[in-house]
Amino acid sequence: MSVNYCGDFKQSYKDDMRVMQTPFIRICIFSFIVFLYAFPFLASTYVVSTVNVIGIAVIGALGINIVTGFTGQISLGQGAFLGVGAFACSYFMREWGIPFWVAMPMAGVFTAAVGMVFGIPSLRLKGLYLAIATLAAQFILEYLFLHMDMFTGGSNGVYFPSPEAGPVVFDTDQSMYYLIITVAIMAVVFATNLFRSKDGRAFVAVRDHYLSAEIMGIHLFRYRLLSFAVSSFYVGIAGSLWGAYTQYITPEHFTIHESINYLAMIIIGGLGSVLGSIYGAVFMTLLPQVLTVITSWAAHVLPSVGDLIMSIKEGIFGLIVILFLVFEPDGMAHRWSLIKAYWKLYPFSY
Amino acid sequence: MDRPAIQLAVEDLHLSFGGVNALMGVGFDVRQGEIFSIIGPNGAGKTSMLNCISGRYHPQKGKISFEGQEITSKPPAARAQIGISRTFQNIALFKGMTVLDNMLIGRHIHLKSGFLKGGIYLGPCQREEIEHRAFVEDIIDFLEIEHIRKKVVGTLAYGLQKRVELARALALDPKLILLDEPMAGMNLEETEDMVRYVLDINQEWGVTVILVEHDMGVVMDISDRVVVLDFGQKIGEGTPEEVQKDPAVIRAYLGDEESVFLGR
Ligand SMILES: Nc1ncnc2c1ncn2[C@@H]1O[C@H](COP(=O)(O)OP(=O)(O)OP(=O)(O)O)[C@@H](O)[C@H]1O
Ligand SMILES: [Mg+2]
Repeated sequence: MSVNYCGDFKQSYKDDMRVMQTPFIRICIFSFIVFLYAFPFLASTYVVSTVNVIGIAVIGALGINIVTGFTGQISLGQGAFLGVGAFACSYFMREWGIPFWVAMPMAGVFTAAVGMVFGIPSLRLKGLYLAIATLAAQFILEYLFLHMDMFTGGSNGVYFPSPEAGPVVFDTDQSMYYLIITVAIMAVVFATNLFRSKDGRAFVAVRDHYLSAEIMGIHLFRYRLLSFAVSSFYVGIAGSLWGAYTQYITPEHFTIHESINYLAMIIIGGLGSVLGSIYGAVFMTLLPQVLTVITSWAAHVLPSVGDLIMSIKEGIFGLIVILFLVFEPDGMAHRWSLIKAYWKLYPFSY
Repeated sequence: MDRPAIQLAVEDLHLSFGGVNALMGVGFDVRQGEIFSIIGPNGAGKTSMLNCISGRYHPQKGKISFEGQEITSKPPAARAQIGISRTFQNIALFKGMTVLDNMLIGRHIHLKSGFLKGGIYLGPCQREEIEHRAFVEDIIDFLEIEHIRKKVVGTLAYGLQKRVELARALALDPKLILLDEPMAGMNLEETEDMVRYVLDINQEWGVTVILVEHDMGVVMDISDRVVVLDFGQKIGEGTPEEVQKDPAVIRAYLGDEESVFLGR
């Protein structure tokens, strides 16, 4: 005879500590992953390329969320760190002939080291002061990208060799899709696990109350720097994938604009939330594209007003972001958890 | 009768902030397994003393030793490592984390899996997490906070937050626990619960307790020894009976509403 438990009733701590708590959620997530791998067969190249950009943004957003959302250290150097990863990976491949599969993690480690160096001010500075220090990192690195020609090709940029695995060359949207999605899934799984184990919890403790974190035995120096390192590793990986995807990298792509874009992603998606990083990456990548579609459609249907709408597209983008922040200040991940809680108790609203 | 060994020795501690002298040459010994209370009027320097012991403040002069080892200049994290834990007068929990996660931070110094193992999770890290979850669950049972273990701490009522803070301090599995006004702001029932917990922690778990508390009834009831501070100076020390009879102590409390409690 089988027993039916009423409500959520866990038999062991192991069950209770699962990320995917119910069989239903497990099935949903596994189906989603299967769907992701079948996706290029179902979608146009244009859609696949959009998902590629989203996949890279997810990894980058997780990176900045680790240091900013989870550890509470605002970083404005994200754009430059992406560049460090991309240029390093390209350099390792071009000059040293190292295959992408080794060069990408190496670039991640290199970016982690650079991130740690620029994270040193975090040992003394907090909040806005630290934000300004990371802004300095952004400008110093941008300067180096432009002037260290032998590594970066200066303002002309440099080509990025395509990854190869035996006969397969990853130089199309479809092939890059599989590479990006696989790395993105690994990045999400790793981050999820990180924040249910020792070091990830310590990051959050440092964010919430650094003095009592220290009293509980957490070495602040170690964890402030470690958070910059882990974050920058993610960003370096994202940068490498970006390079492999675009096949040509120039300093133009790694500016303060990119830093702010990523910051907006995690604020809109949800600070200190793995899911929020995903939502934010999707939202901030799709919004401009959706706006482009709408405005060009409007320009087509109503030629007189259409031109105007076209020209204020950026403004509409900004407006939507601001409205989002006003009405959803805790991010999309928070809203989602409220909706979930509502349906769990439905039809009882308490 | 053999007296238990000295666990914490504080010698001639001086601490000042600019012109304010918070502590002026205070010293005392705390013995293994006792409940040792620090009392005194507002601003006497009680919290400052706890901050010196836990490493948040660094005294300008004086010496603190724990189990024979000098710790005066050790950073706070190193003191947690050797078994000193505490709660705060103003609750200092990790507000965005759940009760469970707050308590697991208490296990931080005992956990071994760093970020690489943590990110992979399966295997050693998972085993470790389950093991420490079981440890934390014992404390949850003991403090009767089962119903809130998955709640985010910032959403809890004040009395419960105080209890969670005690839970977090206990999760560290300390040898010495410093409690800064654990009963402040609590109603009678909550105070009684807290007294019971402190006694159990001391007697069943064998943890030495340093208690700072304004509720004189509680202090006189449960303390083995009491030290009295006033304006950063030690003005009395001894058993609760001795302290209550000490003329210097009575004078310090005279005119203070607390003198009423002292005679209780
Ligand atoms: N960080 C600080 N900066 C400046 N002065 C301080 C600081 N901490 C404590 N003091 C001063 O030191 C003195 C002792 O303060 P302390 O907090 O130790 O008193 P207390 O005995 O805990 O009082 P209470 O019963 O009100 O908690 C007070 O005069 C206080 O103003
Ligand atoms: Mg105090």
